[in-house]
Amino acid sequence: MATSPEAKPAASPIDKIKVRVDGKEVEVPKTTPDPLTGKPLPTTMIQACNVARVDVPHYCYHPKLPVAGNCRMCLVEFGIPAVGSDRKPILNPDGTAKISKSPRPAIACATPVSPGMEIYTNTPAVKQMREGVLEFLLINHPLDCPICDQAGECKLQEYSVEFGQSQSRFVEQKVHKPKRVDLGPRIVLDYERCILCTRCIRFTKDVVGDDALGIVNRGSYNTLTAYPGKTFDNNYTLNTVDICPVGALTSKDFRFQMRVWFLKETKSICTSCATGCNVIVGSREEKIYRYEPRENEAVNSSWMCDYGRLNYKWIGREDRLVEVRGPKSAALSWAAALKEISDTFKQISPGSAALIASARQTNEELYLLAKLATKLGAVTDSVPRQGEGDKLLLNTDRNPNSLGARLTGISAEPIGANLPKIAEAIRSGKIKTLLVFGEDVTKVGIGADLLGKLETLIVSDILPNTTTRSAHYLLPGCAHAEKRGTFTNTKGRVQKVMKAVEPPGQARAEWEFLHELIFNTTGQNGYASIEGLFNQMAADIPAFRDLSWAKLGDTGVSIPL
Amino acid sequence: MPAEYRLILKYADQPGYTPDLECYLRNGGYASLKKALAIQPKTLPDGRQVGGPEQIRDDVKLSGLRGRGGAGFSCGLKWSFVDRKSGKPIYLICNADESEPGTFKDKQILYKDPHQMLEGMIIACYANDVHLAYIYIRGEFVDGAKILNRALKEAREKNFLGKNILGSGYDLEIHVHRGAGAYICGEETGLIESLEGKRAYPRIKPPYFPAVLGLYMCPTIVNNVETLCAVKHIVAMGGAEFARLGTPNNTGTRIVSISGHVKKPGYYEVEVGKVTLGQLINDPVFAGGLRDGRKLKAVIPGGSSAKVFKAGEKFKLKRKGPDGKDAEQEVDMLDLPYDFDSLIAAGSMSGSGAIIVMDDSTDIVEALSNLSEFYAHESCGQCTPCREGSLWMSKALHRLTHGQGRGTDAEYLVRIADNIPGGRTICAFGEACSWPVQSFVAKFKDEFVARGAADEQRRPAVPKTEPELAPQAGH
Repeated sequence: MATSPEAKPAASPIDKIKVRVDGKEVEVPKTTPDPLTGKPLPTTMIQACNVARVDVPHYCYHPKLPVAGNCRMCLVEFGIPAVGSDRKPILNPDGTAKISKSPRPAIACATPVSPGMEIYTNTPAVKQMREGVLEFLLINHPLDCPICDQAGECKLQEYSVEFGQSQSRFVEQKVHKPKRVDLGPRIVLDYERCILCTRCIRFTKDVVGDDALGIVNRGSYNTLTAYPGKTFDNNYTLNTVDICPVGALTSKDFRFQMRVWFLKETKSICTSCATGCNVIVGSREEKIYRYEPRENEAVNSSWMCDYGRLNYKWIGREDRLVEVRGPKSAALSWAAALKEISDTFKQISPGSAALIASARQTNEELYLLAKLATKLGAVTDSVPRQGEGDKLLLNTDRNPNSLGARLTGISAEPIGANLPKIAEAIRSGKIKTLLVFGEDVTKVGIGADLLGKLETLIVSDILPNTTTRSAHYLLPGCAHAEKRGTFTNTKGRVQKVMKAVEPPGQARAEWEFLHELIFNTTGQNGYASIEGLFNQMAADIPAFRDLSWAKLGDTGVSIPL
Repeated sequence: MPAEYRLILKYADQPGYTPDLECYLRNGGYASLKKALAIQPKTLPDGRQVGGPEQIRDDVKLSGLRGRGGAGFSCGLKWSFVDRKSGKPIYLICNADESEPGTFKDKQILYKDPHQMLEGMIIACYANDVHLAYIYIRGEFVDGAKILNRALKEAREKNFLGKNILGSGYDLEIHVHRGAGAYICGEETGLIESLEGKRAYPRIKPPYFPAVLGLYMCPTIVNNVETLCAVKHIVAMGGAEFARLGTPNNTGTRIVSISGHVKKPGYYEVEVGKVTLGQLINDPVFAGGLRDGRKLKAVIPGGSSAKVFKAGEKFKLKRKGPDGKDAEQEVDMLDLPYDFDSLIAAGSMSGSGAIIVMDDSTDIVEALSNLSEFYAHESCGQCTPCREGSLWMSKALHRLTHGQGRGTDAEYLVRIADNIPGGRTICAFGEACSWPVQSFVAKFKDEFVARGAADEQRRPAVPKTEPELAPQAGH
């Protein structure tokens, strides 16, 4: 179909144009939203190549950042339909559009596609250009891979496999620059490894809004640095370590701790606030070494905050609760403890029990606890947890599942409203049995004196505190990284946590022993698998209607609020 | 007889000529501006209304004026690319960051006749509906910046600048901005970044074509000092008359800077294409030939980034024969007409109009090493091939000129240089740093090979750069 080249189609974002990538025709939108502003920008060659599933190597390009175009690794050749002097397309004898090949290459990351464009990514010239760029990047790069933290996830290593030379022809002295430069409280910079792609500069300037990093000096002596007199210390600095394509920016927390190829990667979410950033938990032999953000457009884009990222060390603490304890701190088996507790429950008269659960627990646990509370006729609530938030990801609500606690009926409106009432009812002797899950209630107005008045105090927690020390029954629970389940974030995104490491000692996933406790107490059988339990909860709770464990996938599902 | 044609430098070197406004006015200054502002709208035969500014733009197009900064791009065409419908202000920047080694023509204008440049600039601004313009002046031109600021003050006092210029209703302000000593600030998008207060990293094109997304993301015109002066003369004499100067497609005059091993290094204004490279170097009215007893070895015809010519080099060029038909002719390097197209046809360029002459006393390896060191020092370091390649070549040349050469270094240098230009880099600096290496080594390969081989001879045992591999089974 011949169209006039002058004809300007209306620039609506749904307009599609056809291009060819290495001979394969693909249809791409005419414009693609800017990752930061959402403003429609012309679709670029690299985006078209992604649609065609053709990989274009790159260092500086990052789909979530403004384009810089400086690494030159994504150079491709291309052609556009030839136009005659009458401005009409020139056709080949077979009627197809004649393509006039550009004499110069173009960077795929910044060059817009146009109708009928042909992109060539695998020509000898393109290969030669990639080899040239890689060689240039390597001549002044220290070849210290054996001791480099990035080894194993380094773009230089990756592309060396495809475009590297087996031997270097470089016989000059390398440029030497400072090493182990302290850029901020969490970041160390190796100037020599830096390939000056400016990803970190663009991230912190354009995503975080902290224009903290820049380049000084000239040419090959260029060096990345923090603004003079300033330290690189915003709450998102560690993302620069993730997006650094090489080993220049390293995390003080992770460097030299573990070779990345030994890490088991578990897709999960961060539970340090109500945002629920998607993460990959890196662990080895039941020890967690790092969190990294995992892309989820509906939640955290590709980022996470330093606060959430580094909030994992407590999981491996030496003083974790690892034993089931009964009255007078007697060691008990799970079976014995659960039997004793359920026997106690049978004697509870309605209104004499209260249950305080944590909004840091999973939907499933809160759902089971709500069920138990109903059976016991217990008043329930959970504990609010506030902190300073920011515009990007960190929520003022530091509970990861406040919404889940509300939807399952555990927490009062507003959250914590029942806590003074429970305290008063304990003081008056009305409440004789208290169940506490994952909270130190002595910090929210139910002091050790009140706890001492209780006939039965059943506590499940992960780390010791004043409440756990007062417990008649102490049930060691699991950190989020030691179990499976779901959380509902502040916007109603239901997302899975997955088990990365085994819990220590007798510690056990709360939903598992709650399931048994409810069976003992009510005689009702539940689901012994998290999948079944989730689906049962979805059937019972209107807000979770239509959800299933399988539907949640890796990035969760948003429920209407 | 070849001769200078002083159009732009008509007065600059006359005895008693000073850079102040009074002197400029005494010599007919700002008459062209008055003429430009007085141009009345007219109706074309097709009924189209054409205002004064558009008539000036059409006249500049008609004049065939090509940019005098280095690329030789049509000025009229450049102006025609400006996005006039964006609703954003249009900026004009005078590129006075003259720093290509060998070039010293803009300096003559800025220091001796600043009002001429200002007049051309004001006209260019009027023609393009610009109300705020900048002069980006090379940091080393300390006095030049002072002279310009004085000239601006004078022009403001006489209402050649400011509000309602000469009662025309047209407003314009011009500011001088001094660079800080980086060559890359002469690259127009690097210049724009620098003017915005940022590091002078040239911008990627697309999307940042200055005509659409220039200074502060507004449509912007960047013109060289000499180009803007030419605009004044186009208005004064008319585009068609200006186009009669020089040769077809290479119109007007150019100020040529000649340096190196000649008797009379200096600047000479000539009609473009009316004199040959050889005349410029050898004629007594120009550089006056080489020093006595010396023979020509090489010429860099258009600023240090232009590809070098070797003495005696011959080119096959299409030229009009006596019968008026195009015929291929063999032309000696010295017989090349000094214009844009002939030098491009000969594989180099007239660039910034700077001719660097080297006689037979020149150590060509040293000469290239010197140039390479300059480019390695000036690479902004933004994009990979230029950042790494320019320093690599410079280091190799340093080694070669300091007794550590190898016979293979000629080949080595070219293979590095080949990975830099041709669209691999963000800006033309990639070409600027690699063209000298490519051309010097190609044309004087023997000297590079001999230098390296001599070093190898002298050294007792060169550590092997490549380990010897034992033959392996299966390979």
